[in-house]
Amino acid sequence: MRRQPWACRPGGVHMDDIDRRLINRLQDGLSVERRPFDAIAHELGLEVAAVLERTQYLLDAGTLSRFGPMFNAEQLGGALSLCAMEVPGDRFEQVAGQVNAHPEVAHNYARDHRLNMWFVIATEQVEQAADVVAAIERETGCKVYDMPKQEEFYIGLKLAV
Amino acid sequence: MQKNRQSCRGKQVADSAIDPVDRQIILATQAGLPLVEQPYDALAAELGLDVGELLARIKAMQARGVIRRIAAVPNHYALGYRANGMSVWNVPDERVRALGRQVGALDFVSHCYLRPRHLPLWPYNLFAMVHGKTHEQVADGVGAIAVLLGEHCRGHEVLYSTRILKKTGLRIKVD
Repeated sequence: MRRQPWACRPGGVHMDDIDRRLINRLQDGLSVERRPFDAIAHELGLEVAAVLERTQYLLDAGTLSRFGPMFNAEQLGGALSLCAMEVPGDRFEQVAGQVNAHPEVAHNYARDHRLNMWFVIATEQVEQAADVVAAIERETGCKVYDMPKQEEFYIGLKLAV
Repeated sequence: MQKNRQSCRGKQVADSAIDPVDRQIILATQAGLPLVEQPYDALAAELGLDVGELLARIKAMQARGVIRRIAAVPNHYALGYRANGMSVWNVPDERVRALGRQVGALDFVSHCYLRPRHLPLWPYNLFAMVHGKTHEQVADGVGAIAVLLGEHCRGHEVLYSTRILKKTGLRIKVD
């Protein structure tokens, strides 16, 4: 029953059809019960051990970045805000360093727009987010366009593989 | 194990969506759920909880929206979804909620939010992150959103990321 070791290619990890179906199924979510993998194993026609082995491999290989509960920061009492800044090109690296130095900054992306730096501030208390925005404006001299979400229509991608 | 729970109770915070035991559960599962046949039994043993209580607490957190679902998070890049564009749309306020739900339901949209405008620089109130294996696929997705919004779209842009400057997971602190 043990599957063959995976063939690793320079372009990424080899996946067979069962892996693709497993990844698609695992993105849907598991019911909360003592043996949550039994239903998936049954659906895919696999032993539970094979489901676990394949999932562990996909995690180890980096095809899946995580398996477990997906938490909602706002519901934990915290705040998550998207912020944008217009950073002068000659100060971009310096400002990126100043922004990233804040542990509350979870993600930061350079984007091809006049607002060329976009980052997410995650704090455990709603009030802390405003303090971080104020500190970043003070340190960088750049205005922070704070765009907290007012409503969420969907979160979580279903990547068909 | 009992002692652990006692010390948690001392830190109970009013008005919090989660109590100290929930918090312990969150901390223990932030990195993921154990990949074993009975993961909640393993987790319950680690936390010194009864497995029935653990399951009830996780279900309750899911019902309250603290937990969205128990699922795998794919690595976009590893699955070949290397292109993504943040599409932003100017949609009339009275229409944006109904249209946002339709945009969010598209399978290539990972996040869809209503956000405040910053006029005059930023007239866009609807954000939809579009994923694809190629730039063309992302452009097709943006085109499909434009068709969906139709006459209600007063303008849009697509911002492509040119560089990741920082990326860390969402974590709550251990205190």
